[in-house]
Amino acid sequence: MDSRELIEPFERLLDDAAPLATLRATEAGAPADSLWEAITESGFLDALVPEAAGGAGLDLATLAPLVESLGARLVPLPVAQTMVARALLAANGAQPPETPILLLSPTRRDNGWHQNLASEALGAGHALVDLGDRAILVALDTAGVAPTGLHASLSARIAWDGLPPALAEIPSPAGGLQPIAAVLRALEIAGAANRMVEMTAGYASERIQFGKPIAKFQAIQQQLAVMAEQALMARMAGRIGAAGGLPPSAAAAATAKQVASAAVPVVTATAHAVHGAIGFSEEYDLQLFTRRLYEWRMADGAESFWARRLGGLRLADPAATSVAFVRTAAGG
Amino acid sequence: MFDTLPFTRIPAEDEALRPAIRALAAEIAAALPEERRARSWIGFDAAFSRRLGEAGFLGLTLPREYGGQGRGPFSRFVVVEELLAVGAPVAAHWIADRQSAPLILNFGTEAQRLRFLPRIARGELFFCIGMSEPGSGSDLASVRTRATRTAEGWRLNGQKIWTTTAPNSDYMIALVRTSGTPDDRHSGLSQFLVDLRAPGVTVRPIVDLTGDAHFAEVFFEDVDLPADALVGEEGAGWQQVNAELAFERSGPERIYSSVVLLDAWISHLRATGRRDEATAALVGSLTAQLATLRALSIAVTGRLAAGESPLVEASLVKDLGTSFEQSIPTLLADDLGSHPEEPVSAELYRTLHYVARVAPSFSLRGGTREILRGIIARGMGLR
Repeated sequence: MDSRELIEPFERLLDDAAPLATLRATEAGAPADSLWEAITESGFLDALVPEAAGGAGLDLATLAPLVESLGARLVPLPVAQTMVARALLAANGAQPPETPILLLSPTRRDNGWHQNLASEALGAGHALVDLGDRAILVALDTAGVAPTGLHASLSARIAWDGLPPALAEIPSPAGGLQPIAAVLRALEIAGAANRMVEMTAGYASERIQFGKPIAKFQAIQQQLAVMAEQALMARMAGRIGAAGGLPPSAAAAATAKQVASAAVPVVTATAHAVHGAIGFSEEYDLQLFTRRLYEWRMADGAESFWARRLGGLRLADPAATSVAFVRTAAGG
Repeated sequence: MFDTLPFTRIPAEDEALRPAIRALAAEIAAALPEERRARSWIGFDAAFSRRLGEAGFLGLTLPREYGGQGRGPFSRFVVVEELLAVGAPVAAHWIADRQSAPLILNFGTEAQRLRFLPRIARGELFFCIGMSEPGSGSDLASVRTRATRTAEGWRLNGQKIWTTTAPNSDYMIALVRTSGTPDDRHSGLSQFLVDLRAPGVTVRPIVDLTGDAHFAEVFFEDVDLPADALVGEEGAGWQQVNAELAFERSGPERIYSSVVLLDAWISHLRATGRRDEATAALVGSLTAQLATLRALSIAVTGRLAAGESPLVEASLVKDLGTSFEQSIPTLLADDLGSHPEEPVSAELYRTLHYVARVAPSFSLRGGTREILRGIIARGMGLR
């Protein structure tokens, strides 16, 4: 299927069901049930599910722009993660639940399992949990889900004292769930970052100071050009991560999240520099993007985590040149 | 914004060129120390350029009737990538193959095409581009070198400067004024093929801070040019120059200028066994950027292959790419200087400092950073 044919109906759906007002309400504690219902009814949740299992059988590369759209609208539920979880479950003959599903790669601690930060966790009902040798489907009401307490955040810490009780068990995908989650996050970062570029360029063209739009000042133009470049880097990196389908190669996933996370400080700082004081007000939408990008930068591994992973792969690879390495290992 | 660069794969028929060009590049690279290979597309070797021509790796995008290979931009991406990846010396044919040949093909007469293109494709005829003058850098429309009509053709007077590869070139394609004054800005400029051995032409090499003399001053004193030295239309030089810019600004040479140094450093890390987290993070950060920039450059090549002239996208990639190239010597100097216990070979030290010294030029040549960001801002609708 052509990517545009796929994405336009989905974007219309999101425009109806997930306006930023819904995000604000969700962040204030309201449930996102009607949003979830609309997304479920659309059928998009099974986009990645194999056709033999009743899904659309699309690959992640085709779906990448759609995940960017979710990011661009700051959809307050783990929709892309649910799509992947449903595909992995269905491909292994397991019945997916009807709630949003997180992709978790927790750390073993004492006898339990612990994930320090899970974004959009508060609206989820289940998690697909990577235990290393296998992945299990778990109901989140069996876990300790502790909101961070951060103002308007949807993130939580998630922990099980013992082994999480499995509703279903599947083989862990090659490389685990973490690289997949990182690619999805990179695509969402790219979507939100590009939306911030549009908002900031638009604001600069409207805001008059010294008798003309501030966009006419070279100092502003040069900053916005750099911001747009970083948003472009994030988008291409995310698409490198998605290009090889599921699961991504370790190097492609590392490239995706390293570059996307590294773009966040530049994009957010420039957006706020150009917007000035209004960017800090709760009423103005910019802060919705800033807050989420700060959290997404850290979620599923920040830039140095993935840089270390990729650097380790490069140093261990016999490829004679860096160009050969990126072409074969991180070329999508 | 700028959602015009999708992830793009190089077609299989172009990838098929890779093994042969890689073997040729490896052969020449094996004979050169890292500090020579770090010269990237400034490294000059006429014999190697002729070998590339004989093997069919030059003029890839030229039609077969002009001695080319009749292929698309992706084939050139593959060949150039393999050459630059190891720092093969490509300067001799570089400008002719990248810019002069497409210009002559697009705007030249049939006689000019037949006269120049086959020899460029054979790696026998080397070109430079005469743009900058003592009073004209980024503000190119202010050029003062002038060609005036004579009974037989044109007479050229003036001066170019900072002309890369001029000391070793056969011809210059010069942007000069044929009518009006610098106040007329972009109108009245024309492009000429200037034989650098013609009477009245003086090429004076300029030694740079590395000790190399790859660029030069070029003086024109009553240089008589034949009528067919004019390329394209009189007065259309500015438009013709702009048509080349997307080709000039998006290629792998805007990403790979420091990769020989990067790989020399990685070899050093392997030799010393240094694998700590900070080192791995630095390797990984540079590798991730390289992978992403390469994908962007391929995406722009895809637009060129579709027959477009994506000047804004090319500017985005060049600004990002040259910033990356410049960051490498800066970061690696800190890294190596902060591990005084490690023996750094003299060759790596020379390679590092060669790249560090020339790196400021990466964001000057082919359009300065500030000019590019202005083009990007225009593409964003800001000006």
